[in-house]
Amino acid sequence: MTTITADHHGDHAHDHHDADHKPAFFQRWFMSTNHKDIGTLYLIFAIIAGIIGGAISGLMRAELAQPGIQYLQTWAQYSDGPSATLDQAYHLWNVLITAHGLIMVFFMVMPAMIGGFGNWFVPIMIGAPDMAFPRMNNISFWLLIPAFALLLGSTFVPGGTGNGAGTGWTVYAPLSTSGSAGPAVDMAILSLHIAGASSILGAINFITTILNMRAPGMTLHKMPLFVWSVLVTAFLLLLALPVLAAAITMLLTDRNFGTTFYDAAGGGDPELYQHLFWFFGHPEVYIMILPGFGIISQIVSTFSRKPVFGYLGMAYAMVAIGVVGFVVWAHHMFTTGMSVNVKMYFTAATMVIAVPTGIKIFSWIATIWGGSISFKTPMVWALGFIFLFTVGGVTGVVLANGGVDDVLHDTYYVVAHFHYVLSLGAVFGLFAGFYYWFPKMSGRMYNEFLGQLHFWVFFIGVNLLFFPMHFLGLSGMPRRYPDYPEAFAYWNKVASHGYEIMAAGMLIFFVNLIWSLAAGRKAEGNPWGEGATTLEWTLSSPPPFHQFETLPVID
Amino acid sequence: MKKVKSLVLAGLLAFAPALALNSQAFAQDNAAVAAAPADNAAAPAESSVNAAAPAAEAAPAAKVAAPPRMKPTPGIGMPSPGEISLQEQFSPTGHTGRWLHDKMLLPIITVISIFVLVLMLYVMVRFRRSANPAPSKTSHNTLIEVIWTVVPVVILLVIAVPSIGLLADQYKPAPKDALTVKVTGYQWYWGYEYPDNEIPEFVSNMLPKDKAEANGEPYLLAPDNRMVLPAGRPIKLIITGADVIHSFAVPSLWVKMDAVPGRLNEKSFTIEKPGVYYGQCSELCGARHAFMPIAIEALPPAQFDQWVLSQGGKLQGAGAAVTTAAAAPAAAPAEKL
Repeated sequence: MTTITADHHGDHAHDHHDADHKPAFFQRWFMSTNHKDIGTLYLIFAIIAGIIGGAISGLMRAELAQPGIQYLQTWAQYSDGPSATLDQAYHLWNVLITAHGLIMVFFMVMPAMIGGFGNWFVPIMIGAPDMAFPRMNNISFWLLIPAFALLLGSTFVPGGTGNGAGTGWTVYAPLSTSGSAGPAVDMAILSLHIAGASSILGAINFITTILNMRAPGMTLHKMPLFVWSVLVTAFLLLLALPVLAAAITMLLTDRNFGTTFYDAAGGGDPELYQHLFWFFGHPEVYIMILPGFGIISQIVSTFSRKPVFGYLGMAYAMVAIGVVGFVVWAHHMFTTGMSVNVKMYFTAATMVIAVPTGIKIFSWIATIWGGSISFKTPMVWALGFIFLFTVGGVTGVVLANGGVDDVLHDTYYVVAHFHYVLSLGAVFGLFAGFYYWFPKMSGRMYNEFLGQLHFWVFFIGVNLLFFPMHFLGLSGMPRRYPDYPEAFAYWNKVASHGYEIMAAGMLIFFVNLIWSLAAGRKAEGNPWGEGATTLEWTLSSPPPFHQFETLPVID
Repeated sequence: MKKVKSLVLAGLLAFAPALALNSQAFAQDNAAVAAAPADNAAAPAESSVNAAAPAAEAAPAAKVAAPPRMKPTPGIGMPSPGEISLQEQFSPTGHTGRWLHDKMLLPIITVISIFVLVLMLYVMVRFRRSANPAPSKTSHNTLIEVIWTVVPVVILLVIAVPSIGLLADQYKPAPKDALTVKVTGYQWYWGYEYPDNEIPEFVSNMLPKDKAEANGEPYLLAPDNRMVLPAGRPIKLIITGADVIHSFAVPSLWVKMDAVPGRLNEKSFTIEKPGVYYGQCSELCGARHAFMPIAIEALPPAQFDQWVLSQGGKLQGAGAAVTTAAAAPAAAPAEKL
């Protein structure tokens, strides 16, 4: 043995063939096949997209701060030229809501959760040296760039009444076909195609990696819950995205080649699009939140210094959410005129999801129960996640009732609901994960005070921003409105102030990020102590360029 | 046909002030109308797309005067400032729905949220590191896991029973004597047609801000021509879209149904009280999605018949008897002028 090792070193010493050999800058970052570097690229991309998507929501909250059209016409001059009409200003509103939705879903949450944290930590947590298909990993990331460019570019080309795609992120036909002349919607559809292809490739990569590259002893039932969450998410992506691809391909041919898949005049049906879209769209919302579930499980266990309570229940609750998530899609369509039996089925099926979700909430609390909690920043975010996700979850039970949707569908109640589960659920999960793994990824500690401050300012801001939307929705304010009757003014004003506070919280985050990268204390391999039991904490911070060249053995 | 109807409408509107002053029957619901008669009557005719003729010309064509434009009551059939609950309901389904939300769903979700919050606060205080330095290693408890699976199932079953009942209620087919109105969504206005009464389609556009305010109506909720319906009689709406998908929604009647091109969606309901009930388009339909409001004016049956006649429409069978009784006295004061 010794001889062989010595020979090995002797032969390759001049190649610097050690675990931490890094390629030159261009090769490392533009031709990367390293899962950690690609994860970093994904995170940088998601932060940039998040800044753009968040700025767009700032524009919307500014316009909605009081009744009347305040700024839209001024802004429309930037997208439609100096002679922008009022209708073009209204169209710009629809472009903003569309862009905000698509950016946050496809270019912020998904790249950060799956591309960022998934790439960084799935291979490490299962004791693998890298992803199964490193080059495919590379193309998965780089496909996002043209996809994002197409979406942003679509803002500056005609899309019907004005420039840009103003169809909503759902791209419902016929508004997206006969209702939106010009190349903007085609560009947006192509953007979704490319982003979808990127995600499908990523999903294949994760499934293959997790099923084939686990270290010896790392059975499926020993995998950390974050890996479970990414595995379930990857299957959802693999099964849901092709349906989206088919749906939007038919949109493209309806738009450009005279087919009538979604045109009743030619024997098609606009509702077909909605069924196909939501067959993808509903699993999509679980795609966004499941990795968050996984992150929260890791953090709660680490900072309570206890193993996750009911590990198998937690893992199979995610599987159950994934499976049931595929058979509830039409609860997004309760007012489209479906038959009463179909509505009854989708009402009942949707409520079923509350059961595995409840199991997760209670298991997290049971994990903390009896623990020895330290309230470090990641834990604070995780605790915030658990409560706010509960609030978002229970309003989901309200909306599951098809009969109640006759008054709540497409109102701000829905906006409040999905921002509580996504903006306060998924995003809290992202911040929790970011603070949790920041020392591991960067090798430096974040600033604890700024992290805590970020949490509290953000927590107050988003609740002030989104909680009043429940009231607006109950009162009847429809979604996707640039202007509203006087009666809705009060809570809209409150919500806009909430945005300001939230934005201040984000500034704290960026200050913390820059300060910590530049001057943060050097992080040891495991900064969290005995509660951190997953494999990433056995490595240095940051981990070597290639880890686990000798596979770890799990007992 | 459309033009004739417009003429009639315009002519009748000219009589509206007189009617409002003279008719006792309307005083109850429309106490305030008399105060602003001129603006009130003129606005719809001026802003209506299809009211082509000036009011004066059409006067001779009028046989029956339309009931005066009903004044909305603040807080009824519209959102109230700072409101934190569902709008007050004026249909039987609305009462069932509001009961389900206010008396069942809202208390349950509030209790669950508070329960989770209390549990979290308890564990955060009780099991903080300084209070509990040595963590337990418990990771399983079959009993508690069964409980937190079964209890939510029971809660959901409790919710599901009335929820399914509400759905069945909403889908009760309209009785034979229901009044049918065809609703068509256009970019960006609504069209209403009364096939039972042979009233051809007329369109409903949003009132500009100054006119809505002059009328004492909420801007962005008030259209020029309202959908006039009888209170207390079952209504059947046949809803479709002409170009893209719209959604016909009136929150205070628990009504929301998409207007889908190529489909005829049916929605039946009964309005319990005369009044004005506002709604807004609830499916993204392009640039002016926020600017195609809906208003239903529910009239007592006799006045509804009068309105039908004023539109040049025909009354259905039994309705005709009511007409002579209702329309004659209503029209008479106008003629005295």
